[in-house]
Order: sequence, then structure tokens, then C-alpha cells
Amino acid sequence: MQSWIPLVPDSASTFSWKVDALYFYLSGVTLFFTLLISAVLIFFVIRYRRRTPYEIPRPIAGSHKLETLWTIIPFLIAMTMFAWGARLYFEQYKPPQNAIEVYVVGKQWMWKLQHATGQREINELHVPVGRKIKLIMTSEDVIHDFFVPAFRTKTDVVPGRYTTLWFEATKPGKYHLFCAEYCGMNHSGMTGSVIVMEPREFDNWLSGNTGSTTPTVAGQQLFQTLGCVSCHGANGEGGRGPTLAGLFRREQQLEGGQKVIADEAYIKESITNPQAKIVAGFGPIMPTFQGQVTEDQLIQLIAFIKSLPGGAATPGASPAATPTEGPAPSPAATGSPTRNIR
Amino acid sequence: MKAIESFETPRPSEVNYINAQYGLKSWLLTKDHKRIALLYLGSITFFFFIGGLYAMMIRLELLTPQGDLLQSTTYNKVFTQHGIIMIFFFLIPSIPATLGNFLIPMMIGAKDLAFPRINLLSWYIYLLGGIITIYALLAGGVDTGWTFYTPFSTTFSNSYVVAAGLGIFINGFSSILTGLNFIVTIHTMRAPGMTWFRMPLFIWSHYATSLIMILGTPVIAITVLLLAFERVSRVGIFDPGLGGDPVLFQHLFWFYSHPAVYIMVLPSMGVVSELVANFSRKNIFGYSFVAFSSLAIAVFGFLVWGHHLFVTPQSVYAGMIFSFLSFAVAIPSAIKVFNWTATLYRSSISYDTPMLYALGFIGLFTVGGMTGLFLASLAVDVHLSDTYFVVAHFHYIMVGGALMGYLGGLHYWWPKISGRMYPEGWGRFAALVIFVGFNLTFLPQFVAGYLGMPRRYHAYPPEFQVFNVLSTAGASILGFGMLIPAIYFVWSMRYGKHAEANPWHLPGLEWRTQSPPPTENFEVTPVVTWDAYEFAPREEIEVVGKFGPEAERI
Repeated sequence: MQSWIPLVPDSASTFSWKVDALYFYLSGVTLFFTLLISAVLIFFVIRYRRRTPYEIPRPIAGSHKLETLWTIIPFLIAMTMFAWGARLYFEQYKPPQNAIEVYVVGKQWMWKLQHATGQREINELHVPVGRKIKLIMTSEDVIHDFFVPAFRTKTDVVPGRYTTLWFEATKPGKYHLFCAEYCGMNHSGMTGSVIVMEPREFDNWLSGNTGSTTPTVAGQQLFQTLGCVSCHGANGEGGRGPTLAGLFRREQQLEGGQKVIADEAYIKESITNPQAKIVAGFGPIMPTFQGQVTEDQLIQLIAFIKSLPGGAATPGASPAATPTEGPAPSPAATGSPTRNIR
Repeated sequence: MKAIESFETPRPSEVNYINAQYGLKSWLLTKDHKRIALLYLGSITFFFFIGGLYAMMIRLELLTPQGDLLQSTTYNKVFTQHGIIMIFFFLIPSIPATLGNFLIPMMIGAKDLAFPRINLLSWYIYLLGGIITIYALLAGGVDTGWTFYTPFSTTFSNSYVVAAGLGIFINGFSSILTGLNFIVTIHTMRAPGMTWFRMPLFIWSHYATSLIMILGTPVIAITVLLLAFERVSRVGIFDPGLGGDPVLFQHLFWFYSHPAVYIMVLPSMGVVSELVANFSRKNIFGYSFVAFSSLAIAVFGFLVWGHHLFVTPQSVYAGMIFSFLSFAVAIPSAIKVFNWTATLYRSSISYDTPMLYALGFIGLFTVGGMTGLFLASLAVDVHLSDTYFVVAHFHYIMVGGALMGYLGGLHYWWPKISGRMYPEGWGRFAALVIFVGFNLTFLPQFVAGYLGMPRRYHAYPPEFQVFNVLSTAGASILGFGMLIPAIYFVWSMRYGKHAEANPWHLPGLEWRTQSPPPTENFEVTPVVTWDAYEFAPREEIEVVGKFGPEAERI
């Protein structure tokens, strides 16, 4: 690497410079106040050193004016940091529309990734430059954390839940991927690389790595072999079980009056623990598939269910245009960023 | 000058709390708060050096990028045990159980704490918790990190999690009892004339600390209990495989463990208020602001735990609120720093060892506090969480803050506690060595953290080596610096110059009795007619920047 000591890591995503700018602002304020306090301290310590052993200085009671001043000024400065940080955070955790989706499963101590087009990777992620990438992540065992310093973003990968992380790479290259949440014996070995490529190179890489079926197709096969079809229909049109076509991101009316948005975590729960939430009008007749399907297979089933067209939903891997999603987002929208798809 | 001479010097007496009784039994069954303080002092020093040994093992392992000195399983246990020992068995009891125990009754003119037997009980509980934890370490160790995150701790770790958890659970009761004892003592046992606003700020900060101890500690006890319950009986609470929620654990854990940071640093702030005022012979600038900022920290400290969960599936809106409150809780700390600095204006500053630690504290705590703002700031925290930046930040608070205050206080009150003076030259030298070693250890970690080096890594990419080499070099200097006071304190107990009753010439109540004090602290119950840090007669008080009725009244 460089012979000089860098102060910031590689900048390779659209967040990088934004986080760096806030970091430099915070560093500037920190340096200013640390130097100010130190300089005043040193000056006082020298200027007002004890000159004779028994001297007693004149007491000073205090000053409300000064107290007010040094309460309000730091507060206002802190609020600028708060507002700036919060605004950027919303951007970091607002999953974009029309992103390339990649499924990530963390396990002790490796990263398993699968592209929507079927390519599988271990501890490596190939992405094209200039495209929004959205990772849908879960863990097979303990909590992990997907951390790419060059992208200035990370998210915990939590068992039993699906979390998302998105970024848009801006510079081709090979960047560190770290697990940032302590996960046991080989935690420091749970590392890898994110390889950012020019779009054409990426297309070449994709076409050179075919062979595995896409998660959607694999999910469809599972849907058959596990016997889901007998109640939910071959294309999720429903029967003894609720309709699955067009289910994703739709509001589901539950037995007992509750409502739930059908996201990844809900679909997973309905497979592994079907009694937890019963759709209104249906009986608790579905057996649990806990232990019979792996996290990978769950992701494939979810991918298949997400792909089922129905109602107003647009078919395909992009659930972007479903009505519940609301209007298309603008970068400034303070809409509802959710990174925890429950 | 006349003010200092007018302080009454107590009659020297041969009998004091140390030689009043002899024999092991007289120590192990003592109800004297001063003797119990010494029991604590001995035990926390023992734990401090164990924790320090682990710290050196961590730093030696990280000298090279490859994991070559320790195996990863060993390394994981070493950093876990470093955290558990240092936090639960050194930092949390450090100042309250030793200096607080010794000085709260003396500073408010009481003969003892309100519940002397409970005070002794709390030491035995601490000891029992400590022994069980040591058993966990010797039996095979713990590898969960001191944070015990689930489901790793409940399902996946093959180490002595339940034993270590039991040690922490039991130790918590010691903390609760100490807090209870302090609160009751401060409310009911103040000497005549010792009104709330005449109390030294050390007492205010311990009052605030005690509130956190009795309100927060039960939550960690419950959390550890649930963890052990899930681990042993496989009832799903936190493990999603059993139907639990792993993030719930983090909420419960940090609900205690963030306020616990204030248990560590508030007493230290109290010590620094004493040191700054007394070694500059000046009353604290803005006394009531410093006093109430301690309470504000204690209260707001309970509302910021969610800033440890910015990268978990916590709602982004919750994250926003926690971020706001975390910035808000920084303000009372800033107020303290400004007031300490202002106290020095037109004062008479001595360069004795305790004051060097106090000045070091202000500088290091400022860095620690300001870098906390990076982590309160949502977007920057996303990049920084679980990196070495966090490690550096909390060591600036816990070592640069809490430990500096503890060492400063120990030097300051050593003549009172032991009746002997420590060697001043060595004291100043050690303070300097510790300051340099500390900064060299932890400053490079801020940079390594922003560059992306994750914490709890046994091996790391080679580009981070330069920072780790600096850090290890600093830690060696720091470790050497820590040995110096350990040696001269022990040395001084036998060979140190005998201390006068009031070697620093100060107005505080604890200095108006002999050194070491008699068992009952004061021969006659003192009547307090002066404010804290009143070095000069009242008429001479000067009000700068008159503002509001408060200033006029003074």
C-alpha cells in the first residue's frame, strides 16, 4: 500500500465522501475544543502557579452568563452534528428501488452470497460500478455484521431476521469485507473482498459463472418438492392455504384483526412457525418446516414467492412498484426508510 | 494566609483506625467504613493487575498482523476476561467502594455509613462474585466478549458463560447495597450545618452514582439471569432458534451497561472537582452547575442505551431519538469541563501529583467526550461501530477519565488513608509516564478505527500494523507507569514520611481530623459553618459577570 499513513480508507461508494465530510467536521470541532481547553489549561496553570506557599486567591462565585453561554453554544453545535448525521443515516438505510438484489447468508465463519441471476460466491462479492446493490441478509447461527470500510457502511446480520444493506460503488477495485460483530472462534477470519468491476467486465463475469439455477427457479422447485403446491397452488393462487401470488409487500389481514406487511421475515416465519400468524379465514393447519429447510432454501422460497405476479403487483424480482410502497422516492424524501424488514 | 492558619489542628493521637485493633479477625469482621475501604482497595488492586495482565497479552498478540502468539480461542478469552475483570471488578467498584467508602462519612462529618454491617456484607458479596468469576477463568474461561451477545452466549459458546454470569450477577448486589448505603448516609447523616449546598462535589457525584447503581444494576441482574436460564434450560428468550429475539438482549444489556459508564466516570468527576478546587485553593466555579450536571448525567444516562444499536435492526426513528439524547447527555459533561477550567482562573495552582492527574483527566476526558460525539452521530457511527475507534473512545473515558481520577484521588487522600506521604517526585514522574503511555496506546487506535480495523480481531490485514505497533509500545509504557505507584504506595506504608492531619492545608472536613483518622472519625461531631472549598472569608467573594438573582445572593 502507500508508504505514508492514510487518515481515511479507500473511498469507493456514494456514501464515502459524505461520511468523510461529516467525519472531518466532527474532527475539526473536536480538535478545536481540545486545543482550546488544553491551551487555556496550560496558560492558567503557568500564569496562576502558586508563587508563595500560603497565598489564597480571591474567590469567584461563578457567572450565570458564562454558564448559559457554554451550555447553549455546545448544544447548538451538537445539534448540527445530530441533524447532519441523522439525515445521512436515513439515506444509508433507505433501501433504494430497482436495485440489484444479492442474498447474503452469514455463518460461522464465512459469507455465502447468491446473485439473483444464480451465481454463488463465498467470501467474495462481485458488483458493477455505478449500480445500486441491495443485500438481503440473514444468519444461520449467531449475529454477524457485513462491513465494507471503503463503502462506509455496515449492518448487523441477525439470525431469524432479514436485514438489508445497500450501496452504490463508484470506483473499481478490490475492497475489504469484514465481519464486524464478534461471532466466536474464527471471527477475525470471517473476512473477504468486495470486487467492484466496470459494468462490461461484470457482465462478462456473470456470463462466465453460470451453471447454478437462480434462487427463484430453485425456490419454485422446492415449492413443488416440499408439497407447498397442494395447499397454496402451483403458482401460489391459493386453495386451502392463503394466496401467495402478489403477496410480497402487501398488507395481510390476520385472524384476530391484526394486520401485517408481508415482508421477508413474515414469509420466513410463516414457513418455520406457521401458527404464529394465521391469515384471516384460514385454519391453523400448516405444519412447521423448521429444521427441514436451510437458510439458503428459505431465501430461495422467499425469492420464488416474491416473484409471483398477482393483483396490482409487477412481476419479477423488483417489487418496487407495489402500491403499498407509496410514491417513488426522491433523495430528499423523509419517507419511511426501513432496514429492518420484519 | 490567616484563613489557613485558623483551621484547627486536631490533637495528635496515637490511636487511629488502623492500630485500634490487631489481627486478621479485626479486619475481616470490621464494621468501620475506613477498614472496609481498605479491604476493597486490596481486592480491586488484585483484579486490576489481573485485568492489566490480560491487556498486555492483547497488545502483544496484536504486535503482528498474524495471529501468532495466542490461538484465536485463547485470544477471544483474553479480551473477554480483560473486559469483565476491568469493568465489573475494577472500574465499577473502584472509586465508590474505596475512596467513596472512606470519605463520604468523613466529608459530611459522620462517624460511619448508615449501615455498617451492610457495608461489610457488600464487600463479602463482591468477593464471592469475584471468586466465582475467577473460577470461571481458571476452569476454562469465557469467550463471549464482556457484552455476552446472544445467541452466541446462550447457544454457541462452549465456555464458562454461566459461571462468569453468576459472578457478575452476585457482584451486582454489592453495587446495589453500596449505592443504597451512600444515599441513606448522605440524606440522614450529615453533620449539623452541612447543608446540601455545602457538600463537597465529591458527595454530589457519589449521590448521582448511587442512583444509577440502585436503579440500573437490577436490570443487568435480570438480563444475566435470563441469559443463564436460556443457556441452561433452552427456553427461548433471546435465541431465534428457540423463538427468542437476540436484539432484545442488547436492549436489556445496554440499559444497564451504558449508565454503568457513568457509574465509572461520575465518581471520577467528583474527585477531579475536589482536586481542581483544592489544589488551586479556589472554590469551584459554578458549584451548583457542577452539582446538578452530575444528576443530569445520571438521569439522561438512562435514556441513551439505543446508541449502541445503530447498526442492528433497531428502527431508524428510535435511532434518531437515541442519537439526539446522546448529544444532549454530552452537554452536562461539557459544563463540568468548562467550570473546572474556569475555576483555575486567577487561582493559586500547585503542581502536586494529584493535580497533575486532575489536569490529565480534563484533557483526556475532553478527547473521550468529544469522540463520543462521533459515535452519537448516526451516519458516522454506522462506519465506526465495532471498530478500534470505539475501543479508543471508551478507553479515553474509562482509563483517561475514570482511572486518572482514581489515581489522582488515591494520591490526594493517601496521607489521610495511610498516615504516610507518598514520594512526591516519583508521583509526578509516574503521572507523566502514565499520561504519555496512555496517549501513545490509544490515539493511534482512533485512526486505525476510521480506516476500518474491526475490534476483537485476533489477526488483521497488514496495513493496520503501524497503528498496532504504536499502541503496543504505548501500552508497555503505560504498564510500566502503573507499576511505579503500586511500588511506592506499598513502600510508603512503612517508609513514607508521617503525614500531618492536614498536609495540603485545606478546609474540607476530612482534613480536620488526624491522619489516619480515629475509628469514630471525629472526636467531637463537627458543626459546619462554611461552604465547600471556602478558602477565604465570605466578604471577599467576587462575582464576575453578575447575572440573575443567584449571583447577587452570593
